[in-house]
Amino acid sequence: MALVFAGICSHGPGITGRAERADPALRDPFYAALDSLRADIEASGAEALVVIAAEHFANFFMDNMPAFAMGMGEEYEGPIEDPDWLKIPRTTIPGAPDLSQRMISEMMQTVDLAYAQEWKMDHGIMVPLHFLTPKMDLPIIPANINCQGPPLTPLSRAYAFGQALRRACDAVPEKIAVMGTGGISHWPATPNSGKINEAWDREFLRRWCENDKDALLSYTDEDTLRDAGQGGFEIRTLISIAGLCEGATGHIRFAEPIPIFSTMCVAATMDVS
Amino acid sequence: MSLYQVQKLLYQLNRDTATQARFKTDVDSVLSDYKLTDDEKNWLRNGDVGELYIHGVNGQILMHYAAFIGQEWDEYIQAMKDGLTKHGQVRDGIYRAVDGGDGGAI
Ligand SMILES: [Fe+2]
Repeated sequence: MALVFAGICSHGPGITGRAERADPALRDPFYAALDSLRADIEASGAEALVVIAAEHFANFFMDNMPAFAMGMGEEYEGPIEDPDWLKIPRTTIPGAPDLSQRMISEMMQTVDLAYAQEWKMDHGIMVPLHFLTPKMDLPIIPANINCQGPPLTPLSRAYAFGQALRRACDAVPEKIAVMGTGGISHWPATPNSGKINEAWDREFLRRWCENDKDALLSYTDEDTLRDAGQGGFEIRTLISIAGLCEGATGHIRFAEPIPIFSTMCVAATMDVS
Repeated sequence: MSLYQVQKLLYQLNRDTATQARFKTDVDSVLSDYKLTDDEKNWLRNGDVGELYIHGVNGQILMHYAAFIGQEWDEYIQAMKDGLTKHGQVRDGIYRAVDGGDGGAI
């Protein structure tokens, strides 16, 4: 039928794995905001959830790195990480292979994407799913934008990926929800873990909420690396949601730095009509 | 440093439970699947996160490996800090350019 929900959220493994170390005064409102996204997705009647992620070498490596990939499997498994470390049990997640195939076919008209009938999910998808579909019963279509192994997917192409996804959503009879998940400024998994450039993040979110395409696409990787760390490369996933909802307005439900989660923690939606 | 080979080994290890089991029971058979230097083999055998970090292993790959070998979060962060103190700045990979070329210095 159409796109019925669009949003973004953070996915740092600390969000679940180091939950008990976060200040409850910040953590609990963040969790509540994520839960409000879950409620909205359920209320939207979504029959499948596309998660646009920045995976961290769980499926794709520098021997064959796609700029874009999308899952077309019957089911997926995750997390690849030690479940005790991530504090999310290992499980099987239902896919939507027929729907995936129809959407991918449409998207390929304008975006050269790889498809994958196997996909192992890492924290980049498992953490969002833990909050957005806690029973892991909503069919998922994972998608990935290369934010990790340079040369990275250009920002303009991430936007175009979102536009193609919108066309695909509009072309199928099913109701589709889409979430983009990535960090803004952060230096994850390094000695600088916990460093957050809040001013940079707030400026990025302002551009995102206004869906200011030119401003969103004006970041260079050099600038991002300097000001927002290598984790900042994940803005591609957030920019794809701006492309998905071109011209629409975003609404922040929560955006506060939580250093033990290694990132600015965000939950937001973007209008779909 | 055969950074590509080290990272490829860790990529497989992180995602594949059969490789994880083999790494625990017969680490040398896993190491021999990749073109590694003796130093690299030692770092991987000994779980030397500091050396692996300053030689450029991507933190996303390294973090999952650290969890696999049972390092707590603070231990993992400290191991990288110790690597920087002991051996100097990151000399390869994406982190060489972090912080204006300071190579991941804090
Ligand atoms: Fe990430």
